[in-house]
Order: sequence, then C-alpha cells, then structure tokens
Amino acid sequence: MDTPKRILVACGTAIATSTVVAKAIEEALKERGISVTTRQCKAAEVKSLAGDADLIVTTTPVPSDLGVPVIQTLAFLTGLGKEAVIEQIVEALKEK
Amino acid sequence: MTNPITQLLHPSCVLLDCEFKSSDEVIHAVGSKLFEGGFVKTSFIQAAIERENQLPTGLPLAGGINAAIPHTEIEHVLKPALGMATLKNEVNFRNMISPKETVPVRLVFLLALDKPKAQIEMLQEVADVLQNPELVKNLLKQQNYQDVVAALEGA
Repeated sequence: MDTPKRILVACGTAIATSTVVAKAIEEALKERGISVTTRQCKAAEVKSLAGDADLIVTTTPVPSDLGVPVIQTLAFLTGLGKEAVIEQIVEALKEK
Repeated sequence: MTNPITQLLHPSCVLLDCEFKSSDEVIHAVGSKLFEGGFVKTSFIQAAIERENQLPTGLPLAGGINAAIPHTEIEHVLKPALGMATLKNEVNFRNMISPKETVPVRLVFLLALDKPKAQIEMLQEVADVLQNPELVKNLLKQQNYQDVVAALEGA
C-alpha cells in the first residue's frame, strides 16, 4: 500500500474550521480509496510546516511561494463546489 | 436522537430576529450571553471581536442567505457552548477566504470551544446547517428557541 499523502489543513486559529475541513477531506478521499493523513495548523504556521506536506488546503489566505500545491477553498464548510474541489485534491495528490 | 448542536445551544444564548449594525455588535451581544451563562471568560468577547477583525469568518452560502462563525482561542472558554443570532437586517462580515470582500450575513453561530476534537460532531453539524439552504431559510423565520431546536432536529 502506498504511503498516505500528507495534507496540511490551515485556517485562522486551527480550532473550528480546520477541524471540520480535515475530517471532511479524510472522509471524501477515503470514499475514493485514497489514504491521507491530515495535520491542522494556523495560517501563520503554514510556512514553517509546508515542507512536511504534499498538499496544503486552506480556508484563509496563506503565502503562495510555499513549494507545495495550495488549494484555497470554503467548499468543505459551505458545500459550494465541493465535488470540484475534491477532484482538484485528488489530481494534486496524483502528481506527488 | 439529540442533535449535537442543540446540546450546546442554550436558550439564553440564542438571539432571534435582532437588529445590529456591525459584526462587532453581534459578537458583543451574543458573547455577553455566553459570558452571563458562565460558558466563557470575560476576555472571550474582545478576543472574538479582534479575531474576527484579523481573521474573518464570513461565509457566502448556496441559498444566498450568508452566515458567519466567529470564534477565538480556547483559553477564553470555560465550558463548550454555542451562541446563535439571526439578524433582521444583513450585517456585513468579511469573507473568510478573501478578507477584502464583505459578506452580508443574517445567521451567526458564535463558537465557544475548549477541545475542538471533542466538539467535532457539533462543528460538523454546524457545517451541515450551512450546507442546507432550506434549513438556513427556516431558521431565520423562527421566533423562539423551541422552534429553532425543532428546526435543527427536524432537518
């Protein structure tokens, strides 16, 4: 089995929003047979943690020059465009 | 089955069909109820207002009625709880993902969390509400706590 991909999930305080988003990503990818590990962080911590991640999913603005793909989305909170974002995540992980 | 939201949503912390002019006012009013209920420290209110100004939580929703989910660091919380406000008129919050944009909001959940992982069910339930335009619309019509609970539990 492949090593699980590592997704860094960022939001403002790493309390509420990223908790929901991390869980939703894990479930959505599990349904597609993709195993991932998620780690939550505050937007301010993204830069120092980016090196350990295959992908960053964030609900709040983060720097763009991180050397890791970044997907900025509210879809896991609002439902708007969720399927498209899940596809985007799957594609981004394939390239890793 | 008891809904994870309604377990943490206390009657005194639900403000319905109220009028406020700014996001600060909404957070102050609902935060004061959480403080009076013994759920948060007095520092929570200012911390939540400042956090909202730095890292906003406005969310544009599918049905066109938008929401915000203000919250702040766990150190200001004594017991987990949820505050809620429905707004008669839209109040501008800023967009979580694009803070330069404003989002006119009519539904606010003020989250007082001490152990987010333990409150994941409630958080997911809040996200489920946000993803259900009919329920959001329905919540805005309610005039008392019992009907809010009925709407949440019926969904």
